[in-house]
Amino acid sequence: MTEALLVALYIFVLAVFVGFEVIAKVPTLLHTPLMSGSNAISGIAVIGAILIAGRLATPYDKILGVAAVALATINVVGGFLVTDRMLRMFRRSPAERQSPAAPRHS
Amino acid sequence: MPQEPTRSIALVIALTYLVAAVLFIVGLKLLSSPRTARRGNAIGALGMLLAIAATLLDQQIIGFRWILLGFAIGTAAGAWLALAVKMTAMPQMVALLNGFGGAASAIVAIAEYHLLLLDPAQRATDVVVSIMATTLIGALTFTGSMVAFAKLQELMPGKAITFPLQKALNFALLAAAVGVSAWLVVDFDMPTVFTALIVISLVVGVLLVIPIGGADMPVVISLLNSYSGMAGAAAGFVLHNNVLIISGALVGASGIILTQIMCRAMNRSLTNVLFGAFGATTTAAAGDGADRPGRTVRPEDAAVMLGYARSVVFVPGYGLAVAQAQHSVKELATLLEKRGVDVKYAIHPVAGRMPGHMNVLLAEADVPYDKLYEMDDINREFDRTDVALVIGANDVTNPAARTDPTSPLYGMPILDVDHAKSVIVIKRSMNPGFAGIENELYYNEKTAMLFGDAKKMLVAVAGEISKA
Repeated sequence: MTEALLVALYIFVLAVFVGFEVIAKVPTLLHTPLMSGSNAISGIAVIGAILIAGRLATPYDKILGVAAVALATINVVGGFLVTDRMLRMFRRSPAERQSPAAPRHS
Repeated sequence: MPQEPTRSIALVIALTYLVAAVLFIVGLKLLSSPRTARRGNAIGALGMLLAIAATLLDQQIIGFRWILLGFAIGTAAGAWLALAVKMTAMPQMVALLNGFGGAASAIVAIAEYHLLLLDPAQRATDVVVSIMATTLIGALTFTGSMVAFAKLQELMPGKAITFPLQKALNFALLAAAVGVSAWLVVDFDMPTVFTALIVISLVVGVLLVIPIGGADMPVVISLLNSYSGMAGAAAGFVLHNNVLIISGALVGASGIILTQIMCRAMNRSLTNVLFGAFGATTTAAAGDGADRPGRTVRPEDAAVMLGYARSVVFVPGYGLAVAQAQHSVKELATLLEKRGVDVKYAIHPVAGRMPGHMNVLLAEADVPYDKLYEMDDINREFDRTDVALVIGANDVTNPAARTDPTSPLYGMPILDVDHAKSVIVIKRSMNPGFAGIENELYYNEKTAMLFGDAKKMLVAVAGEISKA
C-alpha cells in the first residue's frame, strides 16, 4: 500500500466521522433542506469532471467530459439554489418577523 | 518544463481545496439550525465555487472550451430546475439531482478507464480498484435515482414491483459486478468486460429500487444521497483528489445518518425497507372493517368544535400535500388564532414524502416554524389539547402502534392524538392508508370523521367559523 493511498484512507475515515458528528443533531424541521444541501455538496464530482473534460483528446472522451461537467453542474447549481429557495421560506412568528433588524433574541 | 511555478500552483490548489473542505463542514454545521441554515448553504456554495476555481488552475487542463460548454449547459438546466420545481415535488427533485451527481462520478471513472487503457504505466492497483468501485456505485446511484424520480413523479407505478426470485437475482447481479471488477483488476485490457460492469451496475440500480413502495421512498432517497457521496469519494481515490474524498465522505456519512433517523421513525430496519416490499405484502390484510361505522360530522359541526376550543393541534399528513391544502390550513389557523384559540402543529418525522418535507410545505404557506412541534414535544401536550385536527395523516396516528402487538405498525413512534379531548379527522374515505392498515382511531368514541377533500373541507370549516 503506497503512502499516498494510506493518507487518502485516513482522510476518508476521519471525514466520515466528521459527517456523522455534524449531522447527528439536526432537527427534523431541517431534514429536507439538509438533504438537498448535502446533495449539492456531493456535486463535488464536478471537480473530477473538469479534470477529465480539460485534458482528454478523442471526440468520444470529449463527449464524456462535457456530459460529466454538465450533469455535475446541474447537481451543484440546482442543489444550492433549491436549498436556498426552501430556507428563505422558513420564518419565525409574526411578532419577530416585523422587526428583522432587531437583535436576535429568544 | 518550469518546475517551480508548477509546484507553487499545485500548492495553491491544494490549500484552496483545504479551505473548500472546511467551508463544506462549517456549511453543514450551520445547516443544522433554522437561524443559520441559509448562511450555511451559502457557505457550502462558496466552498464549491473555490474548489471549482482552484481546479481550473490545474496544469493538466489543456483546453477550457469543453469545460465551459458543460458549465453553461449545467448552470442553465440546474437554475431552471431549482426555480421551477414545486415544493411538493422536492423529493423527486432531490432524487433527480442525486442521480446526475452519481452519473457524473461514474463518467469520470469511465473516462479514467479509457485513459489508463492507453497508458499502462499509470495503472496502480488502488486506482484500478477505485475506478471499478466508482463505476459501480455511480452507475447504480444514477439508475436507482431515476427510478425513484419516476415513481415519485408518477411516471411509473409507485407501488412495489416484485417478482419471484427477485432477491436472488439482485444478489447474483451484485456478486457478478464484484466478480467482473475483480477480473478487471487482474486483467485490465478488457474493454468489453468493463462495458459489462457498467451495464450490470445500471441494471442493479433499477432492480434495487423497483421493489420499494411509495411510502418507503424517503428512505431510498436518503440512502441514494449517501451513495452519490460515496461515489464522489471513490472518484477522489481514482484522481488522488482530497477534496473529493472529504466532501464525498461527508455526504456519504450524513446520508447514512438521515437514513437511520428515517428508519427509526418508521420502526423499520434498513434491511426491511430495502428487501421487505412493505406495500406489497400487507395490503391483503386490509378492508375487513370497512363496514364498521365511524362517527361522521359536517363542516359546521367541526367549526363549532374548533371555534370554541381553547387549544387545537393540527396534525398534517401527506394527504394535505396531495390536496395542496397547506394554505387553507394556514388560513384556518389564522382565523382560530384571531378568536383566541391556541394553535400548534404536530409534525411526525416522516410526515410528507421525505424527512422534514411537511416543514417545508408549511413554511411555504407562511406558517412560522416555531409553531411546528416535533413528535416528542407535542405528545406531552395532547392531554391538554381540546381538539386534535388530523388532516390527511393516517398511520402516524394509529394507536395500534402502541397497543396491538399483532399490528405491523406496532412499536412505531406515533402522534398520540387519541389523548386529546376530541379528535376530528379529515379524510377522503374510510379506506386504510398507504400501508393498508386499519386505523382504530377512526372508531374511537372521541373521534369525529369529516369526509371529503382536505382543501374543500378546510375551506368549508373556515367559512363556517367566520360566519359565527
